Amino acid sequence: MTAEHTLSTQDLHLGYDGRKVVEGLNLAVPPGKVTMIVGPNACGKSTTLRAMARLLNPTAGAILLDGKDIQKMPTKEVAGVLGILPQTPVAPDGIIVSDLVGRGRYPHQGWLRKWTAEDDEAVAEAMRSTSVLELASRPVDALSGGQRQRVWIAMALAQRTDLLLLDEPTTYLDVTHQLEVLDLLIDLNEKRGTTVVVVLHDLNLACRYADHLVALRAGKVLAEGNPGEVVTAELIGEIFGMRCSVVPDPISGTPMIVPIGRHRSGAPA
Amino acid sequence: MSTALSEDIAVLARARRTGLGRQIGVTLALVVGILGMLVLSLSKGDFAIPFTDVIRTLLGSGDAGNHFIVIELRLPRAITGLCVGLALGLAGALFQSLLRNPLASPDMIGVTQGAGVGAVVAAVGFGVSGFALSASALFGALATSTLIYLLAWRRGVAGYRLILIGIGVAGASASVISYLLTSSEVTVAQEALVWLTGSLNGSSLEAFYPLLIALLVLFPLTMIAVRPLSALQMGDDTAAGLGVPVERSRRFLLLCAVGLTGVAVAAAGPVSFVAFVCGPVARQLVPGKGAALVQASLIGALLMLVADFAAQHLLWSTQFPVGVVTSLIGAPYLLYLLARANRIGKGG
Repeated sequence: MTAEHTLSTQDLHLGYDGRKVVEGLNLAVPPGKVTMIVGPNACGKSTTLRAMARLLNPTAGAILLDGKDIQKMPTKEVAGVLGILPQTPVAPDGIIVSDLVGRGRYPHQGWLRKWTAEDDEAVAEAMRSTSVLELASRPVDALSGGQRQRVWIAMALAQRTDLLLLDEPTTYLDVTHQLEVLDLLIDLNEKRGTTVVVVLHDLNLACRYADHLVALRAGKVLAEGNPGEVVTAELIGEIFGMRCSVVPDPISGTPMIVPIGRHRSGAPA
Repeated sequence: MSTALSEDIAVLARARRTGLGRQIGVTLALVVGILGMLVLSLSKGDFAIPFTDVIRTLLGSGDAGNHFIVIELRLPRAITGLCVGLALGLAGALFQSLLRNPLASPDMIGVTQGAGVGAVVAAVGFGVSGFALSASALFGALATSTLIYLLAWRRGVAGYRLILIGIGVAGASASVISYLLTSSEVTVAQEALVWLTGSLNGSSLEAFYPLLIALLVLFPLTMIAVRPLSALQMGDDTAAGLGVPVERSRRFLLLCAVGLTGVAVAAAGPVSFVAFVCGPVARQLVPGKGAALVQASLIGALLMLVADFAAQHLLWSTQFPVGVVTSLIGAPYLLYLLARANRIGKGG
């Protein structure tokens, strides 16, 4: 599969109740790549992602999916191309894993077209690649946080979209499970050519896993590009207002940010 | 298709089948229970008629005397109760799963109380009764629900806000009803009060037909409206991501649930707690099967039949309103639910 769908924002303005969060954002998601959006709290990264998935209406500007205004497209048509895993999805009481993952097939079903072999395949594949097949008949409530997150990702995968947006998918997970989730997204990108956009808190993991890094601050793009080319101590200082040192990651060679606080920061120079 | 994939699909098919036997068993048991209660309530009374004669009469081959008692006297009450139960059970389960809260049944969030205001205003203010009273109750339910929806609206309607505003409106409605009753004639107030408890005493075939017609419209409509529910249950963002027009789908479903509540209350008065208990009980009986709407609806019917049977024959007065019995069952259940919610530290 090749990435044929494009997603971009055009002079995007976003806000809640008159409070402006994003002003004039222009961002193009590179097709077939893994893009990660980073930035401090309240920089508008989750807001931008939600708008890109048409969960939030822009106050001005537009989101373009394949060059068309996403707000003007039928929402079900969008759901066939673009999937989103929101930050806090809700598992209905007592629902079992296979049922929850199966609900990702919703946009592909209609009144006349019920459950098909293609749905079966999509769900089975999604559950296999997230290693949740063994949990198929377990209630979602009874799972650990890591397992639950994998089940939600399986639901998003079952939707089989070429574009997948994830809002902080590693929050509340321990480091092992964080890596598991990110590895899974890379698998997905490499095997299926899925364009992946992730809002991520962890800078070092973002630098390691992203093909394309977008650094936001106060609703504006400060830098974007390959992490190895754009991440510098000055940039991080500008985004987070924090002193740091950037060294090569000993494992991946990608930039690694070593923060410098007021204490325990080595002998005074 | 590779063998690994077909094995995986088989695993999934097995997972989907878990609990299916139980689901079918529970549903059949409920249907049998409803039919049994129906025959029992048609058989028992001042003049007892054997079950076989009841069944024969229902099938159209009984004698004239039995026909009069079973079809003319007892059947309207029984089938009104049954249909009211079906409607309330379904409406309650719809509200609860849509708003993701077991407290969000129409008798908790003001819909039923709104119907009560409509009926009492009509009875006390305009002296109407019968069909006009029922129509006013339905109008009251619709008007109150619209008010609650508009008050709860803030870039979409979130569950908690709707419930809190609904409880507020329910309280306000109760005071309006109290005010109207205390400032009206004793005889009128007495009659309104019986209606407000929820009673099947005045059931007749003429009053049953409007209910039947309304339900024949509302049930298929609800079946259409219910399709996005599986997505809506996972949160607004998830549902929107799956291509559900969230607010429109929710409004359509709420409208169906309000309609069901409205026609049920119009027919039998605000029978309390039926809408409230059916959903959670159904989900306990068939765990892991989503909202269990069919089962909730059947439980509603069974509960109404049992409660009305108890009100007629097992308590000390033959003219006891059915709502008293459903409250006796429902109130302890509410306390249990709240106590349990506190202990396990979540809303349901």
